[in-house]
This record gives sequence, C-alpha cells and structure tokens, in this order.
Amino acid sequence: MIALENVTKRYGRQAVVDDVSITFGGEGVTALIGPNGAGKSTLFGLVGRLLQPDEGRITVDGMDVASTPSSELAKVLAVLRQDNHVAARLTVHDLVEFGRFPHSRGRLTLHDREHIEDAIGYLDLGPYRNRFLDELSGGQRQRAFVAMVLAQDTEYVLLDEPLNNLDLRHMAEIMRLIRRMADELGKRVVVVLHDINFAATYADRIVAMRNGIVMADAPAREVMRPDVLAAVYDTPVDVREIDGKPVALYHG
Amino acid sequence: MGVLIGVLLVALALTGLFVGVSDVTPGSLSRGGAGGDAAFLLVASRIPRTLAAVLVGASLGIAGLIMQMLVRNKFVEPGTTGVSEFATLGMLVTMVFLPGLAVVGKMGVAAVFGLFGTWVFLRVVRVVPVRQLVLVPLVGIMLGGVVGAVTTFSAYRLDLLQSLGQWSQGSFATVMQGRYEFLWIAGLMVGIAWFAADRFSVVGLGEEFATNLGLDHRRVVAVGMVVIAVITAAVLVTAGMVPFLGLVVPNVVSLIIGDNVRRAIPWVAGLGAVFVLACDLIARVVRFPYEIPLSVIVGIVGAALFLWLLLRRRSRAH
Repeated sequence: MIALENVTKRYGRQAVVDDVSITFGGEGVTALIGPNGAGKSTLFGLVGRLLQPDEGRITVDGMDVASTPSSELAKVLAVLRQDNHVAARLTVHDLVEFGRFPHSRGRLTLHDREHIEDAIGYLDLGPYRNRFLDELSGGQRQRAFVAMVLAQDTEYVLLDEPLNNLDLRHMAEIMRLIRRMADELGKRVVVVLHDINFAATYADRIVAMRNGIVMADAPAREVMRPDVLAAVYDTPVDVREIDGKPVALYHG
Repeated sequence: MGVLIGVLLVALALTGLFVGVSDVTPGSLSRGGAGGDAAFLLVASRIPRTLAAVLVGASLGIAGLIMQMLVRNKFVEPGTTGVSEFATLGMLVTMVFLPGLAVVGKMGVAAVFGLFGTWVFLRVVRVVPVRQLVLVPLVGIMLGGVVGAVTTFSAYRLDLLQSLGQWSQGSFATVMQGRYEFLWIAGLMVGIAWFAADRFSVVGLGEEFATNLGLDHRRVVAVGMVVIAVITAAVLVTAGMVPFLGLVVPNVVSLIIGDNVRRAIPWVAGLGAVFVLACDLIARVVRFPYEIPLSVIVGIVGAALFLWLLLRRRSRAH
C-alpha cells in the first residue's frame, strides 16, 4: 500500500498538500478526483519522488520514499505524469524498451524482451512498433506511454490524467484498458480523473481532494452522492441512477 | 545507409592521406621505402591530420548529441550555448596568467571553463520553458555573445587578439605528430558516451521519466556535462572552433534513424568524421597549393545544411 503520514507540501506559504494522512493503492482501481488546484498532481509528484514533502513521511509497501534507492522504487512503482512532451524522436519500441530500464539497466535479457513484447501486444501496438512517437495520434501515443509503464512491471501504476486531450472513443478505450490491467494483470492502478462518471464506472474506490485536503475516501458508490460531490467541486452536482449505476449531472 | 557512411569514411580518409603540396602517392611511398621522405611526411603529418579530422568530427557530433539530450532541444551544441566561448575565455586566461603552460594544461583550464559554461547554460535554461524550442538556443547564443565579447575585449586590451585568433580559428594546418594526441581524450569521451548511451536516452525523455525509471538524473547530467566540456576543450586546443557540426550531424541522423542514443552514436560519430574529412579536403584543394581555414568551409556547408533542416522542419509542421 501507499501510505502518507501527515504529509505537507507548500509552494511559498500556500500549502498545496495540507497535512494529508491516507493509505491508498489497494487492489483494483483507485480514482483520484477533485477540482483544479486540489493537489492531486502534487500528491503524485510526492509519491513518485519528483517532489520532496516539507513535512511528513511517504512509504510504498513499507519502503520510505525519501530513503529507499530510486532504482529499487522503480521496480514497484511506476508513475506516468500528464502532458508527456517527448522531444526526442523515439520509436514505440524504443520507448517500451526504456520501461525495462529499472530491471535491465540498459542490458536487455531474454526475460526483458518478453516483457517488452507482452506490453506491446497488450496495447495492440504491434503495427506501430517502429513508428516514431511524433507520427502517432494522441490515443496511440498515450497507449505507447502506458505500454512503457506496463513493461516496467510494477505492482503500483500511477497515471496522472491519462485521458487528457483524448476524444471520447480513446478515453473509453484507455479506461477499459486500466480496468483490464487491474483485473487481468493484478496491477494496483491509481488514476487522476476529471470525469467523475468515468471514475464511478471504472474505479473501485474514489479519493476526492480539495484545497490540499482529502475530502472523501470511500468505495466509488459512496462518493457518488450529490452532497459529497457538491462539497468537493463547490458547485451543485446532481446524481441520478441510470441502469443501476450512479451518474453525475453537472451541466446545468 | 550505414555502409555508405563507412565506405565514404574510408575513401575520404585514404584520399586525404595523398592530397597535399608534397608528393605523397602510393608510388612515391614504395620508391622511397620506410625511410623515405614520403613515408616520413605520411607518418608525421598526413596520418595525424587524418586522425585528427576523424576524432574532431566524431567527438563534436557526440558532444552535440549529448547536449541535445540533456537540454531536450535539437538546436543546441557547444557553439550555440556559450560553452565554446567559455572554453575560449579559459584559453585566454592561460595565455595571460600561465603563458608557459603545456598544451595539456591549457586544455585542462579550457575544459574547466567549458564545464562552468555548461553549468551556467543549464541553470539559465531552466527558466526557459522546454517547449520554447527556438528560445533555448537564442538564450545560449546571447550568453555566448556576452562571454565572447568579454574575451575579445580583454584580448584586445592585452594585445593577444592575434594569438587568440590563431588558437580559435578552426584549421588542421598545424596538426602534426605530437600536436593532435589530446584528441584521443575526446575519443575517450565518445567511448564514455557510448557506454552510458541508454542513460542519456532516458534523460532525453525528461527528468520525470528518468526519476520514474529509477535513474539518478543529476548524476547523468553531470557526466554529460563533463563529456561535452572535455570534447569542446580538446578540439579547441588542437583544431580550434568548428561551428555547426554538433548541430547539423545529430539532426541529420535523427531524421534518418531517430534519437535512441545507443543506435545514434555510431552514426553521429561516423557522419561527423565524414563531414570534417570532406571539409578539410575542400579547404586544402580550393586554393591549392594554399589552404583556407577549415572553419570557413565548415561554416558554409554547415549553415546551408542547417537552413535546409530548419526549412524542412517547417514544411513538415504544416
């Protein structure tokens, strides 16, 4: 499990993550929701050791993120940040191959190659494997990044807004994929989402943040309530039951 | 394509051995034997010159490639980031304060200045958004301009402008046995870059990717900085400034096979060597029996190639 104990991160005097204590990353899919500036990406940055907390302690399966060698953490925890801008001209295969870096340190074994093939196959990237990333559509590129994370072969997979800039079809495709990764491969996926209905449909658990504080942490159905969502987003949200599933209505 | 570069490399290197004012041909070599004039010239001048051209071309290409990975920008190389100018300032400092210093010492000082210049550039560039592709080299060129102005002004006041010019003007005319061997240090840097190729590729993906993959980003950047600075300094003290090469060669290779450093390194090194060998041949032939400075030829050919790359990029974006 990923555990935060009294974690605070400030930018200047503003606390972006404010004394948060939470344990997440159980089996299945956890969705992290909340308005812009709630501290979701900062939280990911802290867990992924891209940022150092001002106070508090973060552990992954008991390993302190601050003191465990980065190369060891890379074998249990993979973090894909949002808006991945890769300037280098790399092929899909190159990218997925770098996902094996924590295990191979650049010298690929037969075992590493199997993982690379599996990841490419799992994301149906076979036909594009020798294409350069800048020649792919947004949806294909996002799949290539997910394949890289998959090749990393970690128990925990953290995805920061993987649906950004994708159209409806590709959004649904990525969400189904995340569900499959959890169900078939036993990954513990934590995903930052803006669309709460995707969160309700595909996640087992929802963690809601606002102003650097965790407002709710419960099974998806319990968070999908008008009062909870209205408090998180500071805007009226209606929740209706459609075909037995809660659906949030926030367009009116 | 790779074979073509290899064949070109060998052909140009062999041609270079037999082009020059003195008559060195396979015929004169066999007539004179091992102790003849032709053989002496071959060993003392022609072979060192060819080796120097190969080493300069290969290592400058690699310095550009590594820098482009560290900065994540295709338009940087030691010459567009102030590194060369800092190294030149280092040369001037040795001329003023340590005039008797051996060339290897001069190179050391220049490398330290170059390293400092790389550090300054990386600090400054942190403030510039990565996506501002053209702004990054622009900042570097301005930085280089400022440092270059300081160097030129100081050299002018100290009456050292001419000797500084002799050092920094790119040319292989003075390369002889005993005066090019430092370039093997640059060759060693190419070896280090090759060894750490995958790490540079990962760093080229950005700090977030590198950290996620368990790589010590700062350490790789530090190694890269040393590689760049040492190559710049070694080339500066032996052949002088060779502009554009570090920019053009990795970009051409990137278009052909992409930026995976492990795959790109032999290509960049090979193509860089071919580029310098060809330019050096032109420099020796155009006004035969006189030579024109290599940097002039490299500048013209390099600028043309660079323009082509820029325009090509633009047309692809539309």
